[in-house]
Amino acid sequence: MASYVLQRLLAAIPTLFGVALITFLLMRAVPGDVVTSLVGLEANVSPERMAELRRLFGLDLPLHVQFAQWLGAVLQGDLGSSLRTGREVAQDLALRFPVTLQLTLMGLLVALLIAVPLGVLAAIRRGSLVDYFASLFAILGLSVPGFFLALLLILLFALALGWLPPAGFVPLRENPLENLRHMVLPSLSLGLILAGAVTRILRSSMLEVLSRDYIRTARAKGLSERVVIFRHALRNALIPVATVIGIQFGSLLGGAVIIEQVFSLPGVGRFALEGINLRDYPVVQGTVLFVATAAVLVNLLVDLLYSLIDPRIRYE
Amino acid sequence: MNPSTPWTPLLKALLRNRSALIGGLITLTVLLGALLAPLIAPWDPLRFDPPNRLSGPSPEHWLGTDQYGRDLFSRVLFGARFSLSVAAVSVLAGLLVGGSLGLLAGYFRGGFDLVISRLADILIAYPAILLAIAFLAFLGGGFANLVLAISVVFVGPFIRVARAAALMVREEPYVEAAQAMGASHTRIILRTILPNAAAPLIVEATLRFAYAVLAEAALSFLGLGIQPPFPALGSMVSEGRAFLSLSPWGSLVPGFAIVLMVLGFNLLGDGLRDALDPRLRRL
Repeated sequence: MASYVLQRLLAAIPTLFGVALITFLLMRAVPGDVVTSLVGLEANVSPERMAELRRLFGLDLPLHVQFAQWLGAVLQGDLGSSLRTGREVAQDLALRFPVTLQLTLMGLLVALLIAVPLGVLAAIRRGSLVDYFASLFAILGLSVPGFFLALLLILLFALALGWLPPAGFVPLRENPLENLRHMVLPSLSLGLILAGAVTRILRSSMLEVLSRDYIRTARAKGLSERVVIFRHALRNALIPVATVIGIQFGSLLGGAVIIEQVFSLPGVGRFALEGINLRDYPVVQGTVLFVATAAVLVNLLVDLLYSLIDPRIRYE
Repeated sequence: MNPSTPWTPLLKALLRNRSALIGGLITLTVLLGALLAPLIAPWDPLRFDPPNRLSGPSPEHWLGTDQYGRDLFSRVLFGARFSLSVAAVSVLAGLLVGGSLGLLAGYFRGGFDLVISRLADILIAYPAILLAIAFLAFLGGGFANLVLAISVVFVGPFIRVARAAALMVREEPYVEAAQAMGASHTRIILRTILPNAAAPLIVEATLRFAYAVLAEAALSFLGLGIQPPFPALGSMVSEGRAFLSLSPWGSLVPGFAIVLMVLGFNLLGDGLRDALDPRLRRL
């Protein structure tokens, strides 16, 4: 088990290195840098002053030296400081990640709370009205853009009914109840869409499992239908669901970028967007590497979860 | 499948499949609307009409007007035209680059395969939307850059699908037979591997098409698409947000247009998968 985890972590290194390199090159492949966008705010700055600023930020060094310096620092846990605010990127990430994590986890919870009962019911009552509704729900989940769903929810629950705030954020520690009220619509926007994909996978994997011999055996030995469905079938049907959630985690974070923007949540996604718009290299490099690392770790976690769901799966 | 009329059984299977039929009809309507936009649109999509601003549907403006009094139906037609062109070129570019790299990697294996598979891993591990946003933020918006940003994201998945298909096909006896007859690699790949790997690639392309429309909409929504006043569906939804409580039509009309388009492609893609490859059929 431990050696398997180590092996997987080692295998992730070249991938993360590639992600870091692509981000680094992309940020520098295009004209303009943070100095021009900073100076753009104030007119008449002399070229000498701009050259001095570039030297200060280390932007006058050859590319490979800049990359090596940055990577060396990252390996020591130092993601650098924002060129604009001077604050440490790692510190800002630590401040903003809880917001994104809360959004993602609540989104995931919404998705599972809807998708598990719906997927199971659709598979048990195949061809029924419930099944038809589940298919419709799934295809809509795959077809509605997150930002548009968010807008529909704001229109209904914030503007028309006035039940929930249309945007904004209150930290969990400051006021848990207000925090939840502000997070309901964003989580629904993220979760309902994921629920579509999960319902679809769960339905088809339930159908497959229900046709297996061991299910017939379980029924033949007189187990109640409830035990057959939940103990024997659902448990096995959840494996592909876990895989899909692991794969979708990246796009869940991507969706979070847009949802954070719509609801003005101070999360990692908005941090990256702000950094990109201002060409704040360390912010973008740090955020992207952080998100990619998180995606790799979640995939590993999902693989380890398999052995919890199905004890026959062991990792050597 | 009868080789003389390869499309007839496919068409029949598609017509029998209800979701494919509905999806096909939606897609056809959307395509016609987008293609014929200059002929159908009742108004110039850029024409201001301040007295009629933020109005709901009326005989004059079928789907209402936006904050400048521009006709929403005409703007949605042109916006759909733009979305579809971006999606079509992005999918084609992703398919050509990713598909050929994947086929070559699966066919030749070895070191080349290792490099290409790693590349696919990196592209897939990279947070897709951030990759596209980063591209556009640096390169600026516009048609070509949108296509570039979206198709880069598609290269990874197309490599995987094509490689998997090629790996499976290359072990078949008929490939061995072609090799024994002395056929060149080019000929084997084009005449034997490609046709047999086509089904999963076509299915992937249709579903990617839906994804491309969604991606273009999201990027335009974030203000990274084409410059206003040209209509893009995503930026229309975003512009309408400020006027939601006055008149929601400005956001709702383009939003539902996106949903309709993507729904059409998704239904068609599902139907195509069932018709082209019964082994992939959902239970």
